[in-house]
Amino acid sequence: MDTNSSHVLVVNGLTKRIGKREIVRDINFAVGQGEIYGFLGPNGAGKTTTIRMLVGLIRPTQGRIQIAGYDLSKQFLQAIRHVGCIVENPELYPYLTGRENLELFARMAEGITQQRITEVVQLVELEDRIDDRVRTYSLGMRQRLGIAQALLSRPQLLILDEPTNGLDPAGIREMRQFIYRLAREESISVFISSHILHEVQLLCDRVAIIHQGRVVKTGQVHQLLAGEPPVIWQLSPTEKAINLLKSLPDVTNVELLEDGQLRTHLPQNKIANVNHRLNQAGIQVTSIQQKKPTLEDIFLQMTEGGPLE
Amino acid sequence: MSNFIGLLYNELLKMVRKRRILVILLILSILIPIFTYAQYRTVQTNIQNLGTSDWKTLVQQQIVDNQNRLSSSRIPEEWRELIKINIQQQQYYLDHDINPTSPGAPTFIRKFVEQAISLFMPLLIVVVAADIVSAEHTGGTIKLLLTRPIRRWKILLAKYLSLTLLVSFIVIATALLGYLFSGLVFGYSGWDMPVLTGFETQNDELITNGVHLVPQWKYILMSYGLAWFTCIAVATLSLMVSVLVRSTAASMGIMLAAIVAGNLLTQLSPTWTTIKYFVFTNLSLTNYLSGTPMMIEGMTLPFSLTVLTVWSLVSLFIAFAVFIRKDVLA
Repeated sequence: MDTNSSHVLVVNGLTKRIGKREIVRDINFAVGQGEIYGFLGPNGAGKTTTIRMLVGLIRPTQGRIQIAGYDLSKQFLQAIRHVGCIVENPELYPYLTGRENLELFARMAEGITQQRITEVVQLVELEDRIDDRVRTYSLGMRQRLGIAQALLSRPQLLILDEPTNGLDPAGIREMRQFIYRLAREESISVFISSHILHEVQLLCDRVAIIHQGRVVKTGQVHQLLAGEPPVIWQLSPTEKAINLLKSLPDVTNVELLEDGQLRTHLPQNKIANVNHRLNQAGIQVTSIQQKKPTLEDIFLQMTEGGPLE
Repeated sequence: MSNFIGLLYNELLKMVRKRRILVILLILSILIPIFTYAQYRTVQTNIQNLGTSDWKTLVQQQIVDNQNRLSSSRIPEEWRELIKINIQQQQYYLDHDINPTSPGAPTFIRKFVEQAISLFMPLLIVVVAADIVSAEHTGGTIKLLLTRPIRRWKILLAKYLSLTLLVSFIVIATALLGYLFSGLVFGYSGWDMPVLTGFETQNDELITNGVHLVPQWKYILMSYGLAWFTCIAVATLSLMVSVLVRSTAASMGIMLAAIVAGNLLTQLSPTWTTIKYFVFTNLSLTNYLSGTPMMIEGMTLPFSLTVLTVWSLVSLFIAFAVFIRKDVLA
């Protein structure tokens, strides 16, 4: 793998075994500066274990993690200094106020001034409630305080584990915009894990799809999504249509879906033509849809229809 | 270094804001008046039983009795010494107008620590110490704590030091609150009252050769010092359990069970001498000062101090070794 210095996070051959079980196997990827990198997979695929290894909570069995050029296991302090993270839920001390929490974490790093604390509080828009106890915060506010905490030491790399978990749709959109702004304006690299794929699709530059502890696909989101989208037909009688469609030269991959619709692959400019042929054969077409592929489709393909939840 | 003071400050802040200290002070402020009242009742009953409130005649009578025994030739030599000391002590009561059956506040706190050292104070310590690491697991904050640019051993060391400070605070608070509350009933004087100490046991016998009188304030200092040592040992063991067990309830349960077991074992099975190597049978260090015979053969102050120290050092080692290496899985 490329260990180019522009990469903030480089992971090589990362493996974690607990007992005889391989939870994560030979994971490789690299995150560039200012890039938003999605780490996708169903629950139990090894996302959280991988993320915990990235922040030094779990010791890898094998493999190397480099952050800002420092080896995480050999130069832990130098490496972790460049990381801000929220692992799973943003769990802060509920009996302290938001500000006390931030001050507490500020004391655990070097050179964080009171002014920086005010800055991050403004950034996450918590000025009004910062002196209230965290116990009284809503989940969204805790999430934002968690991000404030992660940003305190001006990290080069922000690691977020399921950052939209439990947020309402407005909260999710807000979070997405916020992350986007961080990456673009402050050129912070963001490594973000999620099992909600459409959410990541809108946000990430690149993704790695993990399934049963292995990375099954990596790539830029727009490349993964490139290609002719399938065409979905609703028509009757179905049997006759299948036979006819299969005989046409432009049509490939005729597939009967569960709800009685037919999915085919064919070039966009041939749709009208095919429709005409179907009409001629006395088949009644009630709808034609061209469905753009989503990461979810690709994901289901990669994981052979494994469950998402 | 400034970094480490920050860590220590963080830990103390958490302790204060978690209201644990408040709870401890509250427990003490409720229980000490109850103990004071119990003591007061005992004193009243004593006075009633004696049929006279004139304690001076009583003490004088005791002195005369003791002098008679001294003049008897059948008394062994080492007993004579003890009786002389007894007379000396009783004479002091008379001279300084101290009613030995109705103690002042200093006597109360001296007796209190002798009773509290084996169970009550260790329980208080467990309440504050058992969750010192496990609470970070339960609350999930361990993930934030261990992803800072700080070595794990420093974080645990800050926790341990803050714990020793808290233990010292609890020991001092117990003495102060005891003095304040009991003084309301018994009066605040009696610091200079002579107290017997210097007992030794050898081959199951109480050796009284070294017995002498010390002023009560000195005795109190010594017994609270020993109580502090016991409490530090309990806190150190709690720290280890807290590191090993992820749930606060479990770590508290384990420690409480172990302490109660230690107390029960000494009373149930004094002939099973192996249990003297068990840490929780060695908590009652003040017994060596007051000459209360130990239930198990072969226990001396240096022995108990050694057992407590060895167990503490081993627990500290295990706590640090595990905390530094442990994967934070959930």
